Amino acid sequence: MRTRTIEVLVGLFLIAGIVAALGLAVSVSGYAGNKSGTYKVYAHFENIGGLTKKAEVTLAGVQIGTVTDIGIDPDMLVAKVEMEIFSDVNYLSIDSSVQILTAGLLGGKYIGLSVGAEDEVLVDGSVIEDSQSALVLEELIGKFLFDKVSD
Amino acid sequence: MNYIDKLFDFLALLGHAGISKLAGLGRAAIILGYALVAWPQPKSNFKLVVKQLYNVGVKSLLIVAVSGLFIGMVLGLQGYTILVDFGSEQSVGQMVALSLVRELAPVVTALLFAGRAGSALTAEIGLMKATEQLASLEMIGVDPLRRIVAPRLWAGFISMPILSMIFAVVGVYGGALVSIEWLGVYSGAYWSVMQGAVDFYDDVLNGVIKAVVFGIAVTWIALYQGLESIPTSEGISQSTTRTVVYSSLIILGLDFVLTALMFGDV
Repeated sequence: MRTRTIEVLVGLFLIAGIVAALGLAVSVSGYAGNKSGTYKVYAHFENIGGLTKKAEVTLAGVQIGTVTDIGIDPDMLVAKVEMEIFSDVNYLSIDSSVQILTAGLLGGKYIGLSVGAEDEVLVDGSVIEDSQSALVLEELIGKFLFDKVSD
Repeated sequence: MNYIDKLFDFLALLGHAGISKLAGLGRAAIILGYALVAWPQPKSNFKLVVKQLYNVGVKSLLIVAVSGLFIGMVLGLQGYTILVDFGSEQSVGQMVALSLVRELAPVVTALLFAGRAGSALTAEIGLMKATEQLASLEMIGVDPLRRIVAPRLWAGFISMPILSMIFAVVGVYGGALVSIEWLGVYSGAYWSVMQGAVDFYDDVLNGVIKAVVFGIAVTWIALYQGLESIPTSEGISQSTTRTVVYSSLIILGLDFVLTALMFGDV
């Protein structure tokens, strides 16, 4: 085969490699270099029950952001969750509430956000006051048994 | 006295085997050393590397892409039938992508690569040795390690990670084809659960590192076996077989070690 044809084919091969690398980075791992298009809000939970980083934050089931950090608040001794919300979602009222939910029976945990009624909106650094912890099966069973006994 | 002679014979046999194995390792190290020194440079050996990239990489592309497509589709189908029992068929994307990116893409690509490109390299070099082309090159003052071996090694190093990434991407889209178009998994869930689970550094980059290591191992073994082959038709056929067998064993063994190092400390 002519040298030029070979060179062109090798060039295409290398480009296919770069495209595959980009595909793995962007569409498979969802890696976006800088996260300029987001703002951070925080929420405290008594129990995060298996919530992980990169979990979705949803509004009415539609993803509006991701969980970026989970830690303990040393003053209040509760879990502190940092979320990055997409900048174009800038209409979440300050009295919104968050809840940790489960996708399917074995699915991952995600945060469901419900909007409140205030006119003031969440901005970068805001803390969501109203939070509802994850449903922990042991606690639920414990409550159920306790109710049975008290009946 | 007779027993002592036999003991010495045995020791000599053992020593001979040990020395020749060690010498073989040394020659293999020299091959790799020369190749690393003769890295692709625009002025001297760039065209040779491009030619070998075509032989090693482009010609392996079809078998790798087709295998990736079918393995992705099978993963989608198998994953769906298991996960649907638990009502979490949305996670099928996560299963497909993680098993492809972490394990199947580097390992299966390397096995195919050993069979498709490694055996061809061994046979080519072996025949060059049998027809004394390598000796002739040396006679006219051209170093066969630089001229013949180094470009092939570099082509192998470069091709393997590219082929592995193509395998993974094609496989993920194959899985998407089956689970979204055929089985009716919601496409948003397929992609977003996948993106939530796959980490760029932990999963994708570690997979690519695996592919690079396997690429080095396979091409190194193939070229060494070619250079060491007995210059007869039977010798070349033995070397080619050895290339495929040794490469496959090394790939699977290294895969365990690398997996333990990368994902072991969970």
